[in-house]
Amino acid sequence: MGTVAVQGLCKSFGKVQALDGVTLDVPDGAFFVVLGPSGAGKTTTLRAIAGLDRLDAGTVHLDGRDATTDAPAARDLAMVFQNYALYPRHTVYENIASPLRARRRPSGEISAAVERMSDLLHIGRLLNRRPAQLSGGEMQRVALARALVRSPRAFLMDEPLTNLDLKLRVEMRTELTRIHRSLGATFVYVTNDQVEALSMADQVAVLKEGKVQQVGTPTEVYERPANQWVAGFVGSPPISLLPCHAEGDRLVGAAGWTLPRPRWAAAQDGRPLLLGLRAEDLSVERRASATLPGELYGLEPLGDRTVVDVRVGAQILKVKSRPTITGTPGEQVLVAVDLDRAHLFDAGTGLSLSEAGR
Amino acid sequence: MAVSVDEAVSAGPTPDRPPPARRVRRRGHGRSVLEVVLLTVLAVVMLFPVLWMIETSIKENRDVYAVPAEFFGFTVTLDHFRDVFVGADGGRSALSVAFLNSVVVAGVSTVLATVLGVPAAWAYSRFTLKAKKDQLFFILSTRFMPPVVVVVPIFLMYRQVGLIDSKLGLILIYAAFNVPFTIWMMKGFVDEVPAEYEDAAMLDGYSRLQAFGKFTLPLLVPGIAATAVFALIFSWNEFVFAIFLTSSDDVRTAPPAIAGLIGGTTVDWGLVAAASVVFALPVLVFAYLVRRHLVAGVTLGAVRR
Ligand SMILES: Nc1ncnc2c1ncn2[C@@H]1O[C@H](COP(=O)(O)OP(=O)(O)OP(=O)(O)O)[C@@H](O)[C@H]1O
Ligand SMILES: [Mg+2]
Repeated sequence: MGTVAVQGLCKSFGKVQALDGVTLDVPDGAFFVVLGPSGAGKTTTLRAIAGLDRLDAGTVHLDGRDATTDAPAARDLAMVFQNYALYPRHTVYENIASPLRARRRPSGEISAAVERMSDLLHIGRLLNRRPAQLSGGEMQRVALARALVRSPRAFLMDEPLTNLDLKLRVEMRTELTRIHRSLGATFVYVTNDQVEALSMADQVAVLKEGKVQQVGTPTEVYERPANQWVAGFVGSPPISLLPCHAEGDRLVGAAGWTLPRPRWAAAQDGRPLLLGLRAEDLSVERRASATLPGELYGLEPLGDRTVVDVRVGAQILKVKSRPTITGTPGEQVLVAVDLDRAHLFDAGTGLSLSEAGR
Repeated sequence: MAVSVDEAVSAGPTPDRPPPARRVRRRGHGRSVLEVVLLTVLAVVMLFPVLWMIETSIKENRDVYAVPAEFFGFTVTLDHFRDVFVGADGGRSALSVAFLNSVVVAGVSTVLATVLGVPAAWAYSRFTLKAKKDQLFFILSTRFMPPVVVVVPIFLMYRQVGLIDSKLGLILIYAAFNVPFTIWMMKGFVDEVPAEYEDAAMLDGYSRLQAFGKFTLPLLVPGIAATAVFALIFSWNEFVFAIFLTSSDDVRTAPPAIAGLIGGTTVDWGLVAAASVVFALPVLVFAYLVRRHLVAGVTLGAVRR
C-alpha cells in the first residue's frame, strides 16, 4: 500500500557526485528518516523518489512496481519542499487545495479538507493571505498542509520543521508522529537534526556524501554505529574519540593512559584504534575501576545537565554531569568510563570493531 | 526602440551610477547649472526634429514652404491628416492601407514569435540539453547579420516559393527575426522563476505542461509583455525587408509607403509629416502603457545576472 524502494541511485551534477549508489528500502507505513549533514544528498534522494530529476543510474520501485520512468504526477506521492515552493500568486487556501484541484475533487470535499488541515496546523487565520505575507514558520506549516491534505502512497518531507522555533518544532514533532500513526501512511522524512531523527523514526538511514553509511532503528544507529563517522554525527554532545592501541589485556592511549581491554575488542595488538566514548557513559569521579586522568577544561551548563570538558592528552572528552557540578579549569580530575558501552573503531578504515564481539 | 531602451535603463539603477549617490543629488537643490545646460542642449537636439515634424503636419502647404520658416502664427489645419487616411477620390488612401498592413504584419509576427519563443525559452531554462550554450549562441548569432546582407538570398528564395510581395512573407521573416530575441529575453525571465513551483505542481498531480501553464506562465506575463513590445516595435519599424520584398500598394507596410511619398518632382511635406506622426504614435503609446514592464524587462531580463 505504500512501499518505497530505491536501488543503486546515482546522480551527479557536473563534478559533484550527489548520489553514489543509494539503496533504501522503506516498508509500508514506516516513518523512515534520512539523516545526514548539509550536502549529503538528502534532497537529491527525495527528488529521485518523486521523479523530478533524471537519474544517472538506479531504479525506484513503488509498491513493488518499477516506477523509475513514471511522471511525478503518476507516482501518487506528496512532498514538502525544503524551500516550501508555495505558489506565490495563490492564497494559502488555494495552495493547500491545489493537490485536490489537480485531481478534480468536488469543491465540498476540498473546503472540508482544507479546513481540517488548517485546524490541524493552526493556520486558520492565514487562509486568505499570500505566501509573501507569511513568516518562515507559517510557510512551512502551509507546505505541510498542502502535502497532508491528500492521502498519497507516501509522504516525502524535506526538512519540514527546520524553520520553526524550538517550542513549535517540538510540538510539531509530536504532531507529525501522531499524524503518522493515525494515517498509517509511509513517511520518508529528511532531516539534518539527529534529535528529530532519533525521536521520530522507525528506521534511520544515515547519509554522507551520497553514500548510505548505515540503516537501522534509532537505537541501533545510536548504540551500534557502523563506523566512526556515524558515531560522531549521531549524538549530542558528539562522541569523544581517543586514539589508542591494544596491548595484551590493556588499551593504551596515545596520551599515556591505560584502560582494561574490553572482551569484545577483537583488534590486533599495536594497530591504531579510536576509542569512542559518549558523554553519558562517562562521569567525573574521585575513584573508579576504569579511569582516565585528565584536566578540567571547561563547564557548559545546559540547564538540566552540565557538560564537562576534560582534556585527556590532546583530546577533549565531553562528560555529561549533574547540573550541580562545580570545578575550576586546570583542576586535575578522573573520568570513569563505562567500558561496556564504549565503541572501538579502526583508525584507518573508520569501521566499528565492537560489533563482532558483542 | 533606441529611445525606449535608454529611458528604461536610466530609469532603473545602473551599475555605473549607484542609486544612493543619485538619490542624494536628487534630494539636494536640484541639478547643477552645467547639468541643466547640457540637458537642455541635448533635449533641443533630440526633440527639434520631432517638433518640426509635428509642426509641419499641421501647417498649410503655403506655410510649410514659407521662407523664413514660421514657428508660430501659422494657420493650423488637419488637412494632411485627412489626406493620410482619405484618398483623392474620397475612398481609402494608399497610406491607410499601408498602416493597416503594418498593424497586421507587426501584430501577427509578434504573436507568432511569442508563441514560439516563450515555450522555447522555458525549455532552455528548465531542461538539461546537449550543448545548450552552443545552441543558444547559434540562435543569437542569427541576429548578428544585418538584414541588408541576407535580403538578397531571401528575395531569391521567396521568389521561388511564391512568398514575394505577400504579407505572409513579411510576417514569417519578422517572426524569424524576433524568435531568437524572444528566446533570449524570455530565458532571463524564466530563470528568475524557481523551478520548484513546477515541481510542486507536478507532485500535486499536474503534467509538466499544465504545471508550466498554470503556475509559471502567469508569473511571466510582465516579461512577455516587455518582450512582445520590443518585437512589435522591431516589426513595426522594419524597413529593409519591407522595401525589398514587397511592391504592390495593398501589401506594402507603412515605412516603405511613407518613404515612397518622397521622390517625385514635388514632395508633399505636410503629408509626409502627418503620416510620420501617425506612424510614430502607436509605438509611443504602447511603450508608455507598458513602461513599468519595460523597465522590469530591461533591468531584470537583460541587465542583471
Ligand atoms: N542543481 C544542482 N546543481 C549542482 N549541484 C547540485 C544541485 N543540486 C544539488 N547539488 C549538489 O549535490 C550535493 C547534494 O545536494 P542535496 O541538495 O541533495 O544536499 P542535502 O543533503 O539536501 O543538503 P541540505 O541539508 O543542505 O539541504 C551537494 O553537494 C550539492 O551542492
Ligand atoms: Mg536539502
